[in-house]
Amino acid sequence: MNKDTLLIAGKNYNSRLLLGTGNYKDFAETQAAVEASGAEISTIAIRRSNIGQNPNEPNLLDILPPSKYTLLPNTAGCYSADDAVRTLRLARELLDGHSLVKLEVLGDPQSLYPNVVETLAAAKTLVAEGFQVMVYTSDDPIVARQLEDIGCVAIMPLASLIGSGMGILNPWNLQLIMERVQVPVIVDAGVGTASDAAIAMELGCDGVLMNTAIAAAQLPVLMASAMKKAVEAGRAAYLAGRMPKKLYSASPSSPTQGLISRPTA
Amino acid sequence: MISVSINGVTRHFDTPVNVVTLLEQMQMGGKRIAVECNGEIIPRGQFDQHLLADGDKLEIVVAVGGG
Repeated sequence: MNKDTLLIAGKNYNSRLLLGTGNYKDFAETQAAVEASGAEISTIAIRRSNIGQNPNEPNLLDILPPSKYTLLPNTAGCYSADDAVRTLRLARELLDGHSLVKLEVLGDPQSLYPNVVETLAAAKTLVAEGFQVMVYTSDDPIVARQLEDIGCVAIMPLASLIGSGMGILNPWNLQLIMERVQVPVIVDAGVGTASDAAIAMELGCDGVLMNTAIAAAQLPVLMASAMKKAVEAGRAAYLAGRMPKKLYSASPSSPTQGLISRPTA
Repeated sequence: MISVSINGVTRHFDTPVNVVTLLEQMQMGGKRIAVECNGEIIPRGQFDQHLLADGDKLEIVVAVGGG
């Protein structure tokens, strides 16, 4: 375990990159991408079993064993607090009592923007039932604080819309969120390429969760390794403390004395 | 004869069956699944005791890829 670990709900993680498992070509690509990313936490979705399917068909959990990965069941596709709560109760049963979950309640099927009112309601119920809730939300700093007050273990604001690849659209709101909450802030949604992930980490975010940025890349496994480096680089840059930005500086990085063709005294 | 909705599809059974038998009939025995009946989770340990009743609504779910 390195020294700069990500602490979520009492457990330390080396990797600050969290990975979704959706939309890969097949399980082999999913597994290769997760490995290349170095992610230790992976989201999964809960869906009706296709009854009558080939009973020998491989299952996602065969390539992502709960013994090796921290699985984060999500509530993707839920538009009400009730559906989200039911989904996570099923997920907890499916995963033998595992209680670390990702809550998301959507408000609109086109934009996939979160419905924060339903999200707050679902979070209250889930926390009361003993779930450890990592909550996907908008970049509203007031809502973020309310979700923390309810007892969520991580706040996961969007950088931009799910699957949009638009990157960090409002770094100022992310900064407001980080000023106000004590639990980890993990950017979730909208990351498109490596620089987006690095920027999130440079802002001081505790981690980044992404899926489409890797799954929809031309070469997903290569992008996964790029993202691993980006999150590490951004984090190191943040810890290193960047130089200030200024309009101009009269201090060049080379000496001002001893220039040739200058008259001496 | 009882009618039960399973994952949104109505199925008929001559006699009430328990969840173990149901899963076997659907070739899902041994798969990692979770079951909800009329909004309540049926714990795995109670599959053999829980008998389906007429009008029951079941959800049987698995883990799949998602972000």
